[in-house]
Amino acid sequence: MRSRGHFRKNVYPSPFHSRLEPLNKLKEWGRWHDYLSADTYICDSKEYFAVRNTCAVFDLTPMEKTRVTGPDAFAYLDRLLTRSVEKVKPGRVGYCVWCDDNGRLLDDGTLFHLHEGDYRLCSLHPQLDWMLTSAIGFDVDIRVETHEVAALAFQGPTSCAVLRKMGLDDIENLKPFGIKHYAFAGTELMVSRTGYSGDLGYELWIDPSAAEDLWDRLFEAGELHGIMPFGGNALDLVRIEAGLLLCGKDFLPADGTVRPERTRSPFELGLDWLVDLSKPCFNGRQALLEEKKNGSRYNFVKLDIDGNKPANDSFIMLQNKTTVGHVTSAMWSPSAKANIAFASLEAPYGQVGEEFLAEIYYQRELKWTRVLAPCRVIDHNFFEPPRRRMTPAPDF
Amino acid sequence: MTDSKRIVIVGGGHNGLVCAAYLAKKGREVMVVEAAEQVGGAAVTREFTPGFKVSSCAHLLYLMDAGISRELGLETHGLRFARQDLATVALAADGKHLTYTTTAVSGGDVSADDRAAYPKYRRRMEKFSDVLAKLYTREPPRLGTHNRKDLMSAARLALDIRLLGRDDMREFLRIAGINMFDILEEQFDSALLKGALSLDGMLGGSLGPRSNNGVFAALHRLSGQVGGTRGALALPAGGMGSVTAALAQAAQMNGATIRTSSPVASILMDGDHVCGVELEGGEKIDAGIVVSNADPRTTLFDLLGARHLEAGIVRRVSNIRMSGKAAKLNLALNGAPEFTGLGADQLGERLVIAPDLVYVEHAFNHSKYGEHSVEPVMEITIPTVHDTTLAPSGQHVLSAVVQYAPYDLKGGWDEAARTAFTNQCMEVLGRYAPKIREQVMHTELMTPVDIEREFRITGGHWHHGELTLDQALMLRPVPGLAQYKTPVGGLYLCGAGSHPGGGVMGAAGRNAAAAVLSGE
Repeated sequence: MRSRGHFRKNVYPSPFHSRLEPLNKLKEWGRWHDYLSADTYICDSKEYFAVRNTCAVFDLTPMEKTRVTGPDAFAYLDRLLTRSVEKVKPGRVGYCVWCDDNGRLLDDGTLFHLHEGDYRLCSLHPQLDWMLTSAIGFDVDIRVETHEVAALAFQGPTSCAVLRKMGLDDIENLKPFGIKHYAFAGTELMVSRTGYSGDLGYELWIDPSAAEDLWDRLFEAGELHGIMPFGGNALDLVRIEAGLLLCGKDFLPADGTVRPERTRSPFELGLDWLVDLSKPCFNGRQALLEEKKNGSRYNFVKLDIDGNKPANDSFIMLQNKTTVGHVTSAMWSPSAKANIAFASLEAPYGQVGEEFLAEIYYQRELKWTRVLAPCRVIDHNFFEPPRRRMTPAPDF
Repeated sequence: MTDSKRIVIVGGGHNGLVCAAYLAKKGREVMVVEAAEQVGGAAVTREFTPGFKVSSCAHLLYLMDAGISRELGLETHGLRFARQDLATVALAADGKHLTYTTTAVSGGDVSADDRAAYPKYRRRMEKFSDVLAKLYTREPPRLGTHNRKDLMSAARLALDIRLLGRDDMREFLRIAGINMFDILEEQFDSALLKGALSLDGMLGGSLGPRSNNGVFAALHRLSGQVGGTRGALALPAGGMGSVTAALAQAAQMNGATIRTSSPVASILMDGDHVCGVELEGGEKIDAGIVVSNADPRTTLFDLLGARHLEAGIVRRVSNIRMSGKAAKLNLALNGAPEFTGLGADQLGERLVIAPDLVYVEHAFNHSKYGEHSVEPVMEITIPTVHDTTLAPSGQHVLSAVVQYAPYDLKGGWDEAARTAFTNQCMEVLGRYAPKIREQVMHTELMTPVDIEREFRITGGHWHHGELTLDQALMLRPVPGLAQYKTPVGGLYLCGAGSHPGGGVMGAAGRNAAAAVLSGE
């Protein structure tokens, strides 16, 4: 992949491409950093319902994967990330965010503690510059392994049944955020019970040489369980229902943001639980301590909106029509049967139960209409089935 | 967290001692911990060969804050000057040397125009350096805050510049960031005068005459006063060590304790707050506050550890330009050296070898490519002319700052490179003092690598970091550390790496003491 002259090509097929290509009925490809990535394979709704009702596969290979090893790997990550890394034990995965010195988010991601002192950090965007800067003074080895690991997100109620059928022993006993390793096609298949759908689901990690084998075995086992690929659009729908943030949509990475007021701190995104101020030092701590003392500028909320018109890009107003914020992500949720949104509101607005108006514009047969839909702040996720957390995972 | 009230000062250089004296004066329990056998840091007098003593590194006093001398009573603590009004002699190979003082230039082939222009140039530079001097006695403002103190401080700087008057304000803003070459070419004809004056912006730093920021460095150099005269050059009796000895005495008389031969291995942390220091021998000293006189990189990376700081500030500290290019050449001579055309009465002045601007630029050029100068520039003092205590009777010491000798010399400063550079220096000296080679009894060359080792300054930079606008005032050493207080609880910086910077000033030490007191 990273051979001499690789820069002459600007985008690569993923190791699963030979299998994805015939399934991509629309023959439309977008890009996710170095890779071709499909937003839609056949129909967003169909793919969405596969994730929610059966199971579906998303090509996760383009996800930035950075390996962190060496004697100081733990100390390094504990200083890089706002959360306690100690709580991410070997064989476990933890959700995490990281900040610049101003306490503003650079990105979010998942930290895989593969083996004692051997970590993989996955993120939407490349983080090498900041990770190397943060490595000054630490004895760590930091290596981008995005191209060395093929990955699939395999999500949905029947996902566990399919993996069992594929021969992954004891997979039903893998706890949420746990990792298991299997021998597969002469190499190692790593399975983590993680995902971006808020449902029962797994992520599969393997050497690119075995990628096609993995795909074939998975689709063979899943044939009677409704397996199909899903693209970025369906993924965006399920993650909103699951209450999960998307970098670039719900917040901007601080290092790519010109206007300081457009950046967000973890507190301003409702991620207080990911900030451990009792750690003596981590990037952003000083600023976050100040913010804790002086108050945040924004609150991040989930909204339940009346009606069924998605509140994309809406302003959020007080009853007297004063604008106090805007929607970052919105959809009509077929699973929750609710009109849902994430919004960033000026503090102190955004307490649970508080009511606002969402200014929604929609078009019907070329005629634009504006509604001020009442909405309220809720504190639960729109979609959170018990099977998400059940161990052993249920069979469907 | 420790409940110790003790303040440990890491390093007994002049700034550390000044800081100790001020804190002790306010009744704080202060302990200075110095690695070397004697205090003084780079302002120290040392025997470099039996019977011959020399100011090892810095050899002239011109920046010492007058307020500090007065407030700490340095004269009552033994500071005496051998001379307070050294003139500068720009040496010419043909013996037609030129001499300038703070007020006039004479000798050489200096034209009447140059003679008239010099006092004007000098007055104007002094007026501009006054603007800096006013800023030097206080903490620099933080930019981008709404803090009243910061806003007032920034407003005062703007006001001081405005009060220069329209023409001088324009001129100040025009030249403050540019190079010595351009402003000297504008004002003078004499190549010798221009060459010598350019050194004001070059000494100790990593700039050539055509490098921007040279004027700023020159203004910095002129910002001090000796005996009430701005820009005067003084030679302390007994060498620079007597300055720091007086400071040490002032600190001790006020109640500070000083421990020498006690190198600090690390600054100890308890959570996010310092709790003391550990010496190389393993001994731990409790402290509620640690003030470091070491350069920012030594302090934060070697003694504290980058992991106790956030990554953005670590990146800024690792990018501080602090690679030294000035070396020191100390010669023990068996008699008074004879410089062609130089009267015995002038031998004790500050002698410079910088015959013209292009010569200096050529000398600098080599250093950009990791080579030492083939024809170095020099600032020479022969302190034994005024001070017979430094060498056996009839014998002399020649002390020279020689440039450019880059820290990161290609191939390293091995014996061959040291010999080669020493030979180049002697070759150049020989052009002005033909018999000097035969008078040399002992030679000591201190390259930036030696300075780094002996004085524990990363990069061997005389000023603990290049003195340029991007590393000055509220940017010195880096934003976030410019107010002496570091983000680490109880840890302060007081060395030349902090505002206002290098040269034996003491202002950083005093300002840091004020920051410690206001932070309590």
